[in-house]
Formats: sequence, structure tokens, C-alpha cells
Amino acid sequence: MALYEPDRSQYPVKKPDGTLDIDLSSGKYLKLWQGPQHPGITGNMSLELTVCGDEVVDCQTHVGYLHRGFEKLMERRTYIQCFPIVCRICVPEPDFNEYCYAAAVEELSGIKSPHRADWIRTLILEMGRINSYMMYLGGHAGSLGMGVIGQWTTYVRDLMLDRFEELTGARIYHMFILPGGVRDGLPDGFEKRMEETLREIESTMKDVYEAMFCNAVFKKRAIGLGYIDPALIDPYGVTGPTARAAGVAKDVRKDFPYLVYPELDFEPVMGKDSDAFTRADVRRRDVLLSIDLIRQILAKMPHDGPLMAKIPNVLHWKVPRGETYIRAECSRGEYGYYLVADGSGYPRRVNVRGPSYTHAVALLERLIINVNIADVAGLMVSLHTYPPEIER
Amino acid sequence: MRELYEQLKRLFPLGEYTEQRRDLAFVTVPKDHLRPLLIHLRDRERFSHLVLLTAVDWLEEGHFQLTYLMNDRAGKRDLGLRVLIPRDGAAMEGIHDLWPTAATYQRELREMFGIDFPGSPRVNEEFILEGWTGMPPYRRDFDTKKFSEENFNHRPGRATTDPATHMKEKLYPDEA
Repeated sequence: MALYEPDRSQYPVKKPDGTLDIDLSSGKYLKLWQGPQHPGITGNMSLELTVCGDEVVDCQTHVGYLHRGFEKLMERRTYIQCFPIVCRICVPEPDFNEYCYAAAVEELSGIKSPHRADWIRTLILEMGRINSYMMYLGGHAGSLGMGVIGQWTTYVRDLMLDRFEELTGARIYHMFILPGGVRDGLPDGFEKRMEETLREIESTMKDVYEAMFCNAVFKKRAIGLGYIDPALIDPYGVTGPTARAAGVAKDVRKDFPYLVYPELDFEPVMGKDSDAFTRADVRRRDVLLSIDLIRQILAKMPHDGPLMAKIPNVLHWKVPRGETYIRAECSRGEYGYYLVADGSGYPRRVNVRGPSYTHAVALLERLIINVNIADVAGLMVSLHTYPPEIER
Repeated sequence: MRELYEQLKRLFPLGEYTEQRRDLAFVTVPKDHLRPLLIHLRDRERFSHLVLLTAVDWLEEGHFQLTYLMNDRAGKRDLGLRVLIPRDGAAMEGIHDLWPTAATYQRELREMFGIDFPGSPRVNEEFILEGWTGMPPYRRDFDTKKFSEENFNHRPGRATTDPATHMKEKLYPDEA
């Protein structure tokens, strides 16, 4: 027995040129803006929805509420002056920006970072990934009506921020990864305190699993929501956990190994149902994978050796003409920096490829059709989008 | 990557080739041959993922460089296609029918660099900037300092030292 059969007769007809025949004066349709000030929107973005009854029939995304022109600003700054800028492109995960930018500058300048620094960089990237997932889990649970999960995950994220603070001196923007290496080694007793934090996160993840993933309301609302056909993965540039939840094993850590990932033992977390529930579950298991990777890193990493390679005088650092692209796997997918140098002391062009750029605009506009208004927030959060990455 | 370049060169009139890494190369492509080359790469060479599409303004040389970065995950390699188009009346054929996500990139390039992509969805709508009528801001000849001086009030800041002199004294005292 069909639970709900929508009346398809009232849906807009597609005209031959592909546009929809929506007559707002007919009284059948309503324009509804979700955002930019809305609890169901991730970050500063708005969705211009056309709804018919409870269902979305058309959607146009609008960005530009947080444009800071970082890419342009970087063209007017020396290579080292760009560091305070790159980490601000993405607040939940600043470290991926630092790593990609530093690695791009190193590659074009012919510098190789020391092996020990690569281990510490990997450690930082995995810690950042856990932080970002903790924000996401709270947001996703909240968007589908469970406020308390966000309080638990915010608590454990705060513990991880403490570890960041003792390692780098800062909680959010660390500026710890520099071209040539990292600023410092691990403080005394760091491994022990990190292990305590990891155990706390594991314990919270167990609670989150029982309260969120075994919850009938969450299951009913998230299973089947926002199905992404695996055939859409490449045309829409889908990467990261969103692609892995569709059964496509896209993980930059495995596909294009960087830093010390080849020396770590792991398999990408996979799903197959490709809906909001599977995506949340892939990310939950990715947290557990990151915990395992941090333990491996702390057990295997060398404890002595240089942390910085020799770099030129940063005031007169000229990078030879050339272009490169560096990518890393962040919690949302493929994060990359395209850097073009013209031989001067300033970058000619820096282009940031954030995963939200493809997920939050073209893909979201397609997935949102026929979704109930109440599930729009859940769908958007399930893509783990982050608008400041789109407009930089 | 060199092997792939030699193969492609037999089919398309390719320009300068730069191998940046073992798994990353850039090649210059004439404007009219971009589309068939992209389709060939996508359907025959498994370059199915469009990583990014962006522009670089070579003001001194009088052209824009459009970079289409293609990724072949199975073959673990990336190929960047450079297309040089004149800065005056910059326009390029869209590829939004090959990769729907390219429409977003094309909208951004239209707004930020003033490169037109006729027929691309919503390409003439405002994307990030609102009510912008002046020169596209990511062009090299757009003066950011002049713009901010004209549009924002000057606010006296705290006393500072010149970073060059300060760092030279603190960090590199031995250098001349």
C-alpha cells in the first residue's frame, strides 16, 4: 500500500526549452526563501524555493553573503603574508587550506618538507577532520529535530580544540603548517592526553550511535532522503563521503596518497544506499577511522629529526614561474589549491577548489526537487556544505 | 603522462606541454579544439571528473588563460588544459552540457573576470556580487586599493612598525 501518493497533475509542466511553466499568479505555487538567516541553512546561503503544497518544485541557490575576495587579496600579498588568509577560507577545517597552500608553494619552489613534519601535518589534518565531523553530526541531528546530540558533539570537539591549543597555540586558526614544515613538535605528555580525548570521543560516538542512528524518527526522515544516483557522481563533481556513501570509493588519501598516508593502514569507509542516512553513517564511521589513524600516527611517528626545511628569506621569497594543483581529502571531499606563480614575490593566481562549490549549488538544486519543505534542512546538511568555500 | 600527450598530439593540434609532477601535466589547447578534446578525454581516457575551471589573467601578454583541470581516478593522473583567449571581448564556449557543475564555474568567471559563456544557465545573473557595475574585480587591472579608498572611510589604526625593517632586525640580523 502506498503511504503517500502526491497529486502529480498540479506539478509544473516542463516546457520544450527545459524551463518550468510556473505561474505564480495561479495560486498553486508559493515562493519561499530559506535563508540567509535560517537555522536550517548551513552557513551564509539562501535557497529560493518554489513550493506547491508541501513540496519543492523548483530551487535557485543564492550565495554571496560572505564574499571576502580572498583569492584577489592574495595576489597583492607576498607568499608568506597569505598564510593568515588561507586558513580563514574554511572555519571548520582551516588546516587543509594551510596544508594545500604550503605544499603548492613548496612544490613550485622545489622545497621538500622533512619527514617528521609530514607526520605532524597528517596528525593535524586528522584532528581537524574529527573537529569538522563533530560540528556536522550536531548540525545534522539538529536539522532533523534532535538538539541534544549537538551539545554532546560540541563538548568533545572542545576537548579536541584543547589538544589543538596545546599543540599549536591556537584553537581555531592554527597557522601551524608553514611552507617548509611545521612550527613545532609535540609537547611533553601530548600522546597521553590525546589518548584520553580519543577515548572520550569514542564513548560519545557510541552514545550518538544509539541516540541518533537507532532513533526511529531519524531513520524515518533520513532514509531515502536525497538519493544520489552513482551515475551523477562524476558529472556533478561529487567527492568525499557523499560519493563514498553512493558506493564510489573516492578518497584522495587512497587515490592520490599524500604526506604519510601510504605508511598508514586503512581502508576508505564505504556505504551503498546513497541517502542522507547512509551519508551520516559513513561520516560517523569516518570519525572512528580518524581516531584509529591518530593512534597509528602517534605510535609510528619519529620523535626526533628536523621540523623545518631550509626556506628562503620570507621577505624576498620569489617563486619560479609555473602552475600546480595540490589536493587533500577534507571531511567534505576533495579540497584543492591551484596556484600559478609568475616568478615574482606575489602569487599570480590562487584558486581554491572547495567541495561545497559543486555540492551546494548544482547538486543541491537537483536533489531538492520533490523534497518536503521540512526535509530541506536535513538534505542540505546531509551534503555537508559550507558556503564560505563557494565564494571565498 | 608524456605518452598520453604523444597520443593526443596525433589527434589534436596541441601546444606547449609542461609536466609538473609524475601524475600532473598541463597542456595548451587551441580554443576551437577544447570541446572535442574534453569529450575524447572523458569518453576514451577515463578523465571523467572535472576538478575545476578557472581563469588566470595575463594582463601583460593580453590574454586570459582558462584552466580546465581533468582527473582520471583509476589511472591516478591529472591533466590541466590551458586555453588562451584574448582579453578584449573575452568569450568561450560553455561545457555545462558535459558537466552540469561547470555552469557554476562559468557564472563565477562571467562575474569575476568578465568572460562570457553564451548559453550557460543563469550566466548573466548576479552570482556573488550584488549591484556591481564596474570592472570585473578579479581582472589584474582592477585596483583593490583605489576601490577601498573610494568606498570605505579611512580609520586611523594603531601605531605599527614597518614589517620589513622589524623582521630584518629580529629574524635576519646578519643579512645585509
